[in-house]
Amino acid sequence: MHRFANPARFLRIAAIVQPWAMAVAVLSFAAGLWFSLLASPADYQQGETVRIMYIHVPSAWMGMFCYTAMAVFSAMGLIWKHPLADLMARATAPVGAAFTLICLVTGSLWGKPMWGTWWVWDARLTSMLILFFLYLGYMALADAFDDPERGQKAANILALVGVVNVPVIKWSVDWWNTLHQPASVVKMGGPAIDASMMVPLILMALAFKAYWVVVLILRTRAEIAAAKLRTLRMAQVHAAGQTEVELHG
Amino acid sequence: MADLTAFFAMGGHGGYVWPAYGLAVLVLVVLLVASIRAVRKQERDLETIQSLRPARRRRTSVNQGEQA
Repeated sequence: MHRFANPARFLRIAAIVQPWAMAVAVLSFAAGLWFSLLASPADYQQGETVRIMYIHVPSAWMGMFCYTAMAVFSAMGLIWKHPLADLMARATAPVGAAFTLICLVTGSLWGKPMWGTWWVWDARLTSMLILFFLYLGYMALADAFDDPERGQKAANILALVGVVNVPVIKWSVDWWNTLHQPASVVKMGGPAIDASMMVPLILMALAFKAYWVVVLILRTRAEIAAAKLRTLRMAQVHAAGQTEVELHG
Repeated sequence: MADLTAFFAMGGHGGYVWPAYGLAVLVLVVLLVASIRAVRKQERDLETIQSLRPARRRRTSVNQGEQA
C-alpha cells in the first residue's frame, strides 16, 4: 500500500487509468440508460416507476461504498500519515454526497406514487439522511480550520466515527419494522429479481462506479496541485521574510 | 408519435420517473464539470508559480515562451 502513497506515482497511474475509466463510464451509462428506459419491462406491481429503481438502488450502493472508501482513506491518513490518503478521502466525499442525495430524492419520487408519501421517518430512510449529513459534516470540517492539517485530522476522525452508520443502513430493513423493502439483489439464495431488470441495474452500478473513479482522479489531481501550491507559497513567504530580516537586521 | 407520447407518459408516472432521471443527470454533470474546472485551475496556477521560481527554471526565456 505504501508504494501507492507517492503523489508522483499516483499521477502516473492516474494518467493511465483515467481514459479507461471514462470509456467505461460513457459506454455503461449509454447502455444502462438504454436498458433502464427502453429495453426493460414495466414491473407487474410498480408499473413504470420501477425504472426509478435503476438509479435509486445503484446510487444507494455508491453512497455506502464511497463512505466506506472515505473511512478507509481517513484511517490510512490518521495511522500512517499518508498525505495522499487524506487527499483521496477529500476527493471521495462530494461524490458520495452526490450519490446519497440522488438516492434520497429518487427514493422520494418513487415513494410518492408507490407508498403514497414522499417521506417517512423509518430506519432505512433516516439512516440514509444521516449518511448525507455525515458527508456534509466531513466536507465542512475538513475546510473549517486555517491550518489545513488540523481540519483534515478532525474530518478524518468524523469519517471513522460515522462509519458505524454504514452497517446500520445495510441491516436497518432487517433490524426494524420499516416501510422500505428488504434487499432483493444481494441476499442469501441469489437475487430475487428477473434478469431483464438485473441488466440495467448492474450496468448503472458499473457506470456509477466508473464515474467515481473519474471524479476521484480529477479531484485528487486538483488536491495534489493545491497542496504543492500551498507549499511553494509558504516557501516564498518564508524566503521573503528572510530577505526582510537580512535587510533590516 | 403515439409511441413517443406513451414513452414520455411512463404509464401515467412520467411526472415521477423523468424528474428522477433529470436530477441524477444534473447532479452528476455539475459535480463532473466542477471537478474538471478545479483541476484545470489548480494545475494552471501551479505551472505559473513554478515557472516564476528562479531556482527551478530560468526566469526570462522559458517564461516568455509559456505565455506566448
